[in-house]
Amino acid sequence: MKLKLKDIEFTYSSVPVLNKISFEVQDTEFIGIIGPNGSGKSTLIKCIDQILKPQGGTILLDGETINNIKNNDIAKAFAYVPQKTDTVFSLNVFDAILMGRTPHSGWRNNQYDLDMVEKVIKRMNLEDIALRDIKELSGGQQQKVLIARAIAQQTKMLLLDEPVSNLDIRHQLEVMDILVELVRDEKLSLIMVIHDLNLASRFMNRIIMMKDGNIFAAGSSAEVFSETNISQVYGVDVKIIEEEGFVHIIPFRKAVCSL
Amino acid sequence: MTDKNLLNNDRRDSLKNQYVKYTYRKAILIIVLAPLLVFLIGGAVSIGSAEVSWGQIYIAIMERLFPGNYQASRLSWLVVWELRLPRVIMGLLAGLGLGMAGGVMQSVLRNPLAEPYILGIASSAGFGASLAILLGKGLIGGQYLIITNAFIFALICSGIIFAISSGKRAKPDTVILIGVAMNFFFQAMNTLMLYFADPDAVKTAMFWMVGDLGRVTWQNIALTTPVILLCCTFLLWKANDINILDAGDDYAISLGVRVPKLRITLMIIVSLLVSGIVCFTGAIGFVGLVAPHICRIFIGGDNRFLLPAAGLLGAVLLITADTVARTIISPAILPVGIVTTFLGVPLLIYLIMQKKG
Repeated sequence: MKLKLKDIEFTYSSVPVLNKISFEVQDTEFIGIIGPNGSGKSTLIKCIDQILKPQGGTILLDGETINNIKNNDIAKAFAYVPQKTDTVFSLNVFDAILMGRTPHSGWRNNQYDLDMVEKVIKRMNLEDIALRDIKELSGGQQQKVLIARAIAQQTKMLLLDEPVSNLDIRHQLEVMDILVELVRDEKLSLIMVIHDLNLASRFMNRIIMMKDGNIFAAGSSAEVFSETNISQVYGVDVKIIEEEGFVHIIPFRKAVCSL
Repeated sequence: MTDKNLLNNDRRDSLKNQYVKYTYRKAILIIVLAPLLVFLIGGAVSIGSAEVSWGQIYIAIMERLFPGNYQASRLSWLVVWELRLPRVIMGLLAGLGLGMAGGVMQSVLRNPLAEPYILGIASSAGFGASLAILLGKGLIGGQYLIITNAFIFALICSGIIFAISSGKRAKPDTVILIGVAMNFFFQAMNTLMLYFADPDAVKTAMFWMVGDLGRVTWQNIALTTPVILLCCTFLLWKANDINILDAGDDYAISLGVRVPKLRITLMIIVSLLVSGIVCFTGAIGFVGLVAPHICRIFIGGDNRFLLPAAGLLGAVLLITADTVARTIISPAILPVGIVTTFLGVPLLIYLIMQKKG
């Protein structure tokens, strides 16, 4: 599946959040969107999924404008992973993941849906909590459930909004490995908003670095993660080192010069 | 060690089956409530101030159902068919509707305090009824003067809320706040009118608002049954979408649900349902809040099970409360609205304390 964004603009209560954003996503790409708080990262993926309607620009999905595509077909193309669960009443993990099957199923879920959910639960190692209430789980377990729900949706593209922020380092690596497998084995494309620059540099094919609603830099992690870029975008002095073929970022102090 | 492994493997293999069993367990509440309800209807018809034996009661029922074979006394026939059965049947319908309406509103407005009257339906219907009682004027005259006036004002109130909130993408908090505002507005209008009215008329208006099954006739039931059954069927059909609304607006949109449209549609159906009940019975409080919460404690939040269970429990609570209301200080009859609250409050508090402990 090919996704193309052209001059996407979004304004929230007359404050511009996205300013003519353009980029393309090919099959089997793992893209990280990084940038400081308030730079428009979450808004961008909500605009792609049509949760927010951009005021300007076009989004093309395999050459067709997204405005002409039915809601249910958009739901079969993209799965969205929010930052945290937002349920008010109790909901068990199995039901929560089963919800991801909605675009494919009717009032009752069929056996295929149930098998699918069971498979995803095993893949994400959630067997022990499969029948627990999602609200009683830790933040990290909840995030794993949200990712499982998106995988069960069986879309060509996942849009993830900081999906590993509450996980410990071991589970971060576990989840990132699963996501990389999805990209490699099932030819998915992933767009992930992420704050952890080292995780982004290690796992992603391409980094899009945002600042104030604009794309500041884009490319491979080696290209984007330079000491000057990070200092200009985040206002932080860092040291970049290379270890085992990956770029690592070590933060030192808030930069004095910029901002 | 090996035993434990075997156990784990066994458990893992049947994850789907475990879930299916777990889900069917939720149906048990429904399976228990349905016969209980039938039993209660039978009981409620048999109990009351009039000295009629159980045997006579059932002969009277059979006479109507299978004419010619049975001969009931005039008294028992009157007691069953004119006094007790209409209010029991209306209790069944109203309890069903209010229980489901409460469950739906809680998910639709994403708020555990939501209940059928949160959009100001009770106070606006009350105002419409008072207007008809005090001035003898309404949009339609005749025997349905009070009922139609109550129904129309309830819909006017909901209409205003939808008109304002749809401009704001029908965000739950907006809807609730506008509902609260409309509630106060119609209460104030009502008080203003009663303040200047004749004391007898004020008493009638006050009684109307407490909520009572006593004034229901068979014609009323014939009118309201299709409304209640159609609305309830629609809500059950949308149970999955209601589940998704509970998972958050952004996520619901990402699954292809048109959230503002769905929320407004559900609220319109609930308003129609609740107005169709309130205009005949007045505002029977607490059933719509308590019934879904009690069911949530036992079976969780899945609306495919919660809504039918809450409807059945609503009917059970309302028929029980009405039987208590008819008999507790017999021969005087209390309005059922008072009893539902007195029964419901301790029950809910007890269950919540149990769960937390």
